[in-house]
Amino acid sequence: MRVLVSLLIGLVLISAAPASAKQFDADSFMLANGLRVVVVPFHRAPAVTQMLWYKVGAYDDPPGKSGIAHFLEHLMFRGTKETPPGEFSRIVSQNGGRENASTSPDYTVFFQTVAADRLELVMKLEAERMHDLLITEDQVTPEREVIIEERRTRVDNVPAALLGEQRDAVLFLNSHYRLPAIGWLNEMRGLGADDARRFYATWYAPNNAVLVIVGDVDLERVRSLAETYYGPIPSRPVPAHEALAEPAKVAATRLEMTSGHVASPQWSRSYLAPGYTQAGGTLADALTVLAEILGGGESARLYRSLVIEKKLAVSAGAGYGPYRGAGSFSLYAEPKDGVSVADIDAATMAEIRRLLTEGITAAEVDPIKKRLQASALYSRDSLSGVARIIGASLVTGRSLEDVEAWPERIGAVTPEEIMAAARQVLKDDAGVTAVLLPEKRS
Amino acid sequence: MRRSILRGALAVLFALAVSAGAARASGIVDIKSAGGVTAWLIEDHSLPLIALQFSFDGGAALDPPGQEGRAGLVMDLLDEGAGELDSHAYKTRLEDLSIRLEFEASYDAVGGAMRTLSANADAAFDLVHLALTSPRFDPVAIERVKTQVASELRQDAEAPRVIANRIWWHTAFPDHPYGRRSAGSQRSIAKLGAADLRRFVTERFARDKLTIGVVGDITPERLQALLDRTFGSLPVQAAKAVVADTAAFAEGALLVVNMPIPQSVVAFGERGIKRDDPDWYVALVMNEILAGNGLTSRLTAEIREKRGLAYGVGAGLSPLRHAGILYGSVATRNDRVGDVLEILRSEWRRFRDDGPTPAELEAARTYLIGSFPLGLDTTSRLAALLVSLQVEGLGMDYVERRAAALAAVTIDDVRRVAKRLLDPDRLRIVIVGAPQGLVGATEMAADGE
Repeated sequence: MRVLVSLLIGLVLISAAPASAKQFDADSFMLANGLRVVVVPFHRAPAVTQMLWYKVGAYDDPPGKSGIAHFLEHLMFRGTKETPPGEFSRIVSQNGGRENASTSPDYTVFFQTVAADRLELVMKLEAERMHDLLITEDQVTPEREVIIEERRTRVDNVPAALLGEQRDAVLFLNSHYRLPAIGWLNEMRGLGADDARRFYATWYAPNNAVLVIVGDVDLERVRSLAETYYGPIPSRPVPAHEALAEPAKVAATRLEMTSGHVASPQWSRSYLAPGYTQAGGTLADALTVLAEILGGGESARLYRSLVIEKKLAVSAGAGYGPYRGAGSFSLYAEPKDGVSVADIDAATMAEIRRLLTEGITAAEVDPIKKRLQASALYSRDSLSGVARIIGASLVTGRSLEDVEAWPERIGAVTPEEIMAAARQVLKDDAGVTAVLLPEKRS
Repeated sequence: MRRSILRGALAVLFALAVSAGAARASGIVDIKSAGGVTAWLIEDHSLPLIALQFSFDGGAALDPPGQEGRAGLVMDLLDEGAGELDSHAYKTRLEDLSIRLEFEASYDAVGGAMRTLSANADAAFDLVHLALTSPRFDPVAIERVKTQVASELRQDAEAPRVIANRIWWHTAFPDHPYGRRSAGSQRSIAKLGAADLRRFVTERFARDKLTIGVVGDITPERLQALLDRTFGSLPVQAAKAVVADTAAFAEGALLVVNMPIPQSVVAFGERGIKRDDPDWYVALVMNEILAGNGLTSRLTAEIREKRGLAYGVGAGLSPLRHAGILYGSVATRNDRVGDVLEILRSEWRRFRDDGPTPAELEAARTYLIGSFPLGLDTTSRLAALLVSLQVEGLGMDYVERRAAALAAVTIDDVRRVAKRLLDPDRLRIVIVGAPQGLVGATEMAADGE
């Protein structure tokens, strides 16, 4: 019976536009302890991805302890009461599995992809470290050095990343999105076992997590495994995320950094934008389409104007980066050799003015919406791609229904909504300009 | 038509019972069109998507002296206008139809990867056809892309990781095309013109150099027709061109480029092994235990897990057509570079002298066997695999044979190959940063002089 149904769904998808009513057709249930479980069966290969998402991230780092959420993510691989340090990765690897983890401002996520018959094994391991983690000094000491080296690799050795960190600290005036997820170096040095233990005890609980399983599985098997391994973990009261709203931004700001390790200037202007939960989703969808119109490729407005027509830049684009409680909308360009940053700035702002005065037509918006809908279809081509979209949405304030209906909602975005969003966000007097300049050489 | 059941092969690897008749990705089929174009196909209708991967043998290593970067520039320009469509029209058509098309050049080959909704397959294959058979190379597009390449080259000249990599290859292969940058230099890029690019297209895009892999929502019959339309009109034979095999360099070196950054970037490696070497699978196992990229390798254990000296450390086999390389990298704080190098050399020596433990061998074999199919979870990765199986002559039953070959690797095999390949004195090490207290290092400028 299931085969027949999936065949029919396949036919509908092929003959109609890729915007089906439910893009993933996910099932979902909740354990008695509050763990939300989402299952997307996909039987192309006998493989399965487990992603466990905790609704806690760098946003929740306590004052003076920036980087602790990320540090704890690392320590989650350093052993539990049952599994000695290093054993978790060894077991996953010996079973042919691939694994990793990452920390963002809004969430911390752990994942493994394994053969479908090894799902039970990784569920057991993942459930174990949800409640039984051992944080000891002899594990904390070398791992703190690891995250500091990670910071040097990702940020301190990369001028554009350093500047980006400073920009976020200016763009977000009040909320913790101003803090780098990896932590400030001076504070990372002071992170200790007690900080990690406290953070773990506060936030890591089944009722503060979402488990996403995608692959060669069925709902009932996942339900029974989840009951067995995650079910016995007691729920605990978890605090609310500190609700710090951004004040109105009234001063345009300019950051300039000179580095001996950049070859060409880079220019960007960022605006404070709504996150997922503030805008009821509609505004976020409109901004997603707007970013695509301005900067979503080589036929988009900024590339076309700055790179192709005016020949001022080698690249240009735009992006919308929403978090749960706030977001940013950025324009960026790299001038051609010999072109000044001021000229790039002026040319980009001319495009923005043109957008705000002349507006956009349905004829320009429609193919872009189709392309975004198609990208949803492409994302279904990989197990981890599906798990990532679902998990990231559920832990940043959206519902499974929101996720499933995303292609439809994108299809419903109107030019008027896009223009309203553009006027709300792209305000001349509130942008943060960040300029990276090469050191002058004699 | 030969058939091999990939799904079955995957299942063997996963140590699963194969469920007969499962309506999933069915297997590799060898397709030949009426016009004689061949391709390997995995038909899979679980999503309305198609991935096409194709490759022409012969890449940047064939760039004539003074024209370094030619192959790369050609591939960068293929989607900048073709036939009646100028750059903007071509790109708008790709974007409006949600067709994802990328061209690229490596040392040994040039090629492309295309993904499309199956509903748009005709248009997508036609755009590939246009790009391969009538690229425009409009002067304005050439200028724009040359400016972009020049900008990337300038940026790369400041990026520690890129500098370390480039100097490593440049000094390891001083007299071979592998020692040159495949992207070329400011000087060579500036001199390239439309005629040079056209010559490359005429000489290299030919049927005898072409390999094709297709995966997804398409029947053999439909693909046959599209193969003829897309590739059928290409010349039968490419121009003759030869790249010499190169004797593997044998000398170790310790080179430093001074740069005032907080973390030193280290590239290291020595001669490795070519893909057709009978010891290939043994070398894979050896490298996994010593320097694999997971958290379980010896280098990761000693450098990262025990001492916190780096975020990541690892090495891999790099099997080029004309040379085999074992190449890795690590980044560490400037005052501990010496310690990291000492660990690197002593782990190299310990492995050569003592080999792996039985437990390490078992773990590496299971990981390499089990994780391989897990990395093939998208249509585009499968299509790329189909191309490399054909290029390397590995056969349709490769996934099974690979597993069998890995399972057969013994401790004595690994010991023997470790003695053959690992020599701490032969390690070529390039450091970019401000390392403290290094002894015996030769200073170099960032441009490799």
